[in-house]
Amino acid sequence: MSTERNVLDPLEIAETWYRGGRKVALATVIETWGSAPRPVGSHLVIDDEGNFQGSVSGGCVEGAVIAEAMEIIETGAPKILEFGVADETAWRVGLSCGGRIRVYVERIEG
Amino acid sequence: MERSTLQAINAARAARRAAVVVTDLSDGTSQVFPEGAKFPPEWDSVIVQALRSGRAGVTAVEERSLFINVHLPPPRIVAIGAVHISQALAGLAAVAGFDMVIIDPRTAFATTERFGNVELLAEWPEDILSSRPLDRYTALAALTHDPKIDDYPIRAALEAGCFYVGSLGSRKTHATRVERLTQAGVPAEAIGRIKAPIGLDIGAASPAEIAVAVLAEIIEALRRRDPAGRAGGAR
Repeated sequence: MSTERNVLDPLEIAETWYRGGRKVALATVIETWGSAPRPVGSHLVIDDEGNFQGSVSGGCVEGAVIAEAMEIIETGAPKILEFGVADETAWRVGLSCGGRIRVYVERIEG
Repeated sequence: MERSTLQAINAARAARRAAVVVTDLSDGTSQVFPEGAKFPPEWDSVIVQALRSGRAGVTAVEERSLFINVHLPPPRIVAIGAVHISQALAGLAAVAGFDMVIIDPRTAFATTERFGNVELLAEWPEDILSSRPLDRYTALAALTHDPKIDDYPIRAALEAGCFYVGSLGSRKTHATRVERLTQAGVPAEAIGRIKAPIGLDIGAASPAEIAVAVLAEIIEALRRRDPAGRAGGAR
């Protein structure tokens, strides 16, 4: 019933940023295994200057997602990223909880 | 994702309408399906299932890998009565992440001095609910124990399938309420969904403690609601 919209909502922010002329990518958790900090469907929105809002983990892999997203903003080709303790990259960026996640990153178009 | 898709998702969420987003992971195309829309036959069952369960995930349909995301409206609490319990409930609801609105036509009760930032409507529930209807993602707590104020929104909440309908008052007060609702033609099954006396039985005594008991009961109804889609509380 409240008409006030959440100012920290990633999808609202994505629309606002895009409308404001920024290039925007949207990252979404599409699969999780084991204990994962954010549920499937969680969003992170990134612009071409590396500004971001929302989360796909508890801060563990956001840095890597943002770096990939900035490339996707340039190329326009969506990508599925996977992070988990078994993988070298993830070990560095660290999903300390021991879970594994897949994140879909796409550019806002049109 | 197309900008128009993003706008459609946000429009559905702003209108408190559930929506499913289907993304084809092989080609990156995505489409939005608001609740009640016509779904493509090949996706109908996965979309309906997602709306019912509220669960997002990857699924394969006709050898295409699809990501199904679900956006359900955020749960909110509508309290009837700007009473002492509502004052405490408003603070607790904010902490627990619920939107809350309080409706009370008695202007002496419904003052911003008593309620601060909570949305407060000093009007009759009949007048408010016709333009801002209840829905399945709403909990209704009737807290005035005045039939003139409480009865209408209780009936409206049962009809709208609110996931929680609770009503303040002793067992005796509730017994007379049941009689009135029965005479008004409300089915016994619907009346049986009303939680009364309101709140989990934790021996709550003060208004603040009763508010805790009410919020706990609302959370239970939300988290354990029937995954088959009908808003819960029937147990």
